[in-house]
Amino acid sequence: MTEQQGSGETITGAQSLVRSLEAAGVTDIFGIPGGAILPAYDPLMDSSIRHILVRHEQGAGHAAQGYASASGRVGVCMATSGPGATNLVTPIADAHMDSVPMVAITGQVGAAMIGTDAFQEADIRGITMPITKHNFLVTDPAEIPMKIAEAFHIASTGRPGPVLVDVTKSALQATTSYQWPTELNLPGYRPVTRPHAKQIREAARLMLESRKPVLYVGGGTIRSGASKELLTLAELTGIPVVTTLMARGAFPDSHPQHLGMPGMHGTVAAVGALQKSDLIISLGARFDDRVTGNLDSFAPGARIIHADIDPAEIGKNRFTDVPIVGDVREVLIDLITALRTEQDAGNTGDYEGWVAFCAGVKQQYPVGYDTPAEGLSPQYVIERLGVLSGPETIYTAGVGQHQMWAAHYVKYERPNTWINSGGLGTMGFAVPGAMGAKVAMPDQTVWAIDGDGCFQMTNQELATCAINDIPIKVAIINNESLGMVRQWQTLFYNSRYSNTDLHSKRIPDFVKLADAYGCVGLSCDSPGDVDATIQKAMEINDVPVVVDFRVHRDAMVWPMVAAGTSNDEIQYARDLAPQFDEDDV
Amino acid sequence: MTAQHTLSVLVENKPGVLARISALFSRRGFNIESLAVGPTEHAEISRMTIVVNVDESPLEQVTKQLNKLVEVIKIVELDAASSVTRELVMVKVGATADNRGEVLDITQLFKAKVIDVASDAITMQVVGNSDKIADLLRVLEPFGIRELVQSGMVAISRGSRSISERGKPVAVPVPPAANA
Repeated sequence: MTEQQGSGETITGAQSLVRSLEAAGVTDIFGIPGGAILPAYDPLMDSSIRHILVRHEQGAGHAAQGYASASGRVGVCMATSGPGATNLVTPIADAHMDSVPMVAITGQVGAAMIGTDAFQEADIRGITMPITKHNFLVTDPAEIPMKIAEAFHIASTGRPGPVLVDVTKSALQATTSYQWPTELNLPGYRPVTRPHAKQIREAARLMLESRKPVLYVGGGTIRSGASKELLTLAELTGIPVVTTLMARGAFPDSHPQHLGMPGMHGTVAAVGALQKSDLIISLGARFDDRVTGNLDSFAPGARIIHADIDPAEIGKNRFTDVPIVGDVREVLIDLITALRTEQDAGNTGDYEGWVAFCAGVKQQYPVGYDTPAEGLSPQYVIERLGVLSGPETIYTAGVGQHQMWAAHYVKYERPNTWINSGGLGTMGFAVPGAMGAKVAMPDQTVWAIDGDGCFQMTNQELATCAINDIPIKVAIINNESLGMVRQWQTLFYNSRYSNTDLHSKRIPDFVKLADAYGCVGLSCDSPGDVDATIQKAMEINDVPVVVDFRVHRDAMVWPMVAAGTSNDEIQYARDLAPQFDEDDV
Repeated sequence: MTAQHTLSVLVENKPGVLARISALFSRRGFNIESLAVGPTEHAEISRMTIVVNVDESPLEQVTKQLNKLVEVIKIVELDAASSVTRELVMVKVGATADNRGEVLDITQLFKAKVIDVASDAITMQVVGNSDKIADLLRVLEPFGIRELVQSGMVAISRGSRSISERGKPVAVPVPPAANA
């Protein structure tokens, strides 16, 4: 089965750990050493694995996520016990929500010290139980290769997710014999990837029967690498497509069937199409509250085909007419075959009126923004960035207004080029996420589109980038506030701006900060300079670049469905609701 | 409709499994009515009998979430008609020379077993389903129940079939493929 069966020679647990990581195919690790994990860092020095010394463990975790999301490979981060491990909690929870394949290795105090409240002891296995796909505590050095093999298998198969391996210092220091396993014994872990033929037939039947279907594409489509198959199915049937925040890039934005992103800040066309559809074909999406709004009034006339590799997602939020458990790519392949057979028999769907309606709404209500009389519009900056850097670029984002604008105004043409924190909504994801993406894909340009609030949560990783030759580019959309919270205060709290003013145009000086970190710092505050500034940033490829785009602070994210309300209440600008002619549907 | 459901859960006999399962119930907002854990005919497999009061649809969700736990091998819902359930209770009741005979009569009626006798108390054990135990306790009430300890419910299906068949090992992918 495997060519790397160990010789069974006697080595330390630490050497066994490093050798196991090599055997699992690891080439890059993000981490910080400390007392309990220290033994592992000695053999790591002699390993082929590149270890990137970050400045904060949270940065290591998000970098591992960015690495995994950009490349599809398992991202790996490493930290010591106690605070090192607890600093990984946010990225682990983030990876769990967004199904990112990641393995976190943490040191633990010696086995004899566990439970004594020893120095830097934290029960990280207990802490991360609800936020990992699985986790292990390894006290026996002989178990290290098996647990590492299991961790990578679990993280990367089925619905991907984070796996934590907590290894005691005593296990790392002890001597053991190394043997890479040939078989795993995981009797309770058997992810189903092949869809059931009967369900595929039923789904195909509903698709042909429906008059107003929508392909509701989620992040699972990207994780399963199913973009090509999605395009084939969409073009075969002509059915309109919406891509969720996690699925931006799964289907080309330039494609005429693409209605954009659904949800709280979705396009009128995407939200409207789901609301008025009679059939939703969900592909690796999970009917998240940010997509459905008030569930009771979500797509009231729609039947649901729900394809997901995780059976627990099916029927969790919305009743499902045709459940399909399976890998999205395999589901699509089978659906394409089934529908082609039907087409050959002369059975095609009749969606003409519906497609025309959707196209009309898309044309009538494009995403757009008002250009302010004075100052710089954040949407304009992001739009130009997308145009000038292009669809080959990998874009990461933090969380908030800039994230929503980056989702709308950058035009994505391919999967794995849009990387953000969707489910958990972790501010500060962009810079370390970009760092990880750049390490995984060094030949691609990586832009972190960040907010001034987010940037100040994790920008210490600029040092890591500058020192380790990871030339990312950062666009700070500096509106000197916690912009999304401020937007809600404007809309729902009578413009009382409680604790959202960050004064980031005054403190810190982002250009000086970039300079202090060995990066090139640029600044831009007028629309006329945007292109030139972006071009200048694009020309610098030897060091990281940070651009402080000083934008006006009152721009808001539109369209918007207020939290908890029906998606029928969508507004494409403040107090402006779209008018649908019901007869057109 | 809220009803009592009995789940038999086969799990790998590894440290932390109970914590994982009870944490999952708590996180998803379910109250466990009764929980019993013990070994099975296979040394590596433990069996949990979990009794919950829930509607059908949240039960399906919690079962699916339980199934996602890597160490959970199999979950079977046992319905009352085709399974046998038992609980064990040990109860200490007041019994003096005057009424000891009455208490012993009750013991016999319920096929309970006296496990300790003191000058003013009798401790007995009884095995049965929830109804039988409730009946016994009602009858003993007038004598004064001084102390009571009760096990979780255990349940097994009727007939010859076993729910605990062992899983086969999963082949590990060739190493570089795991991260290629």
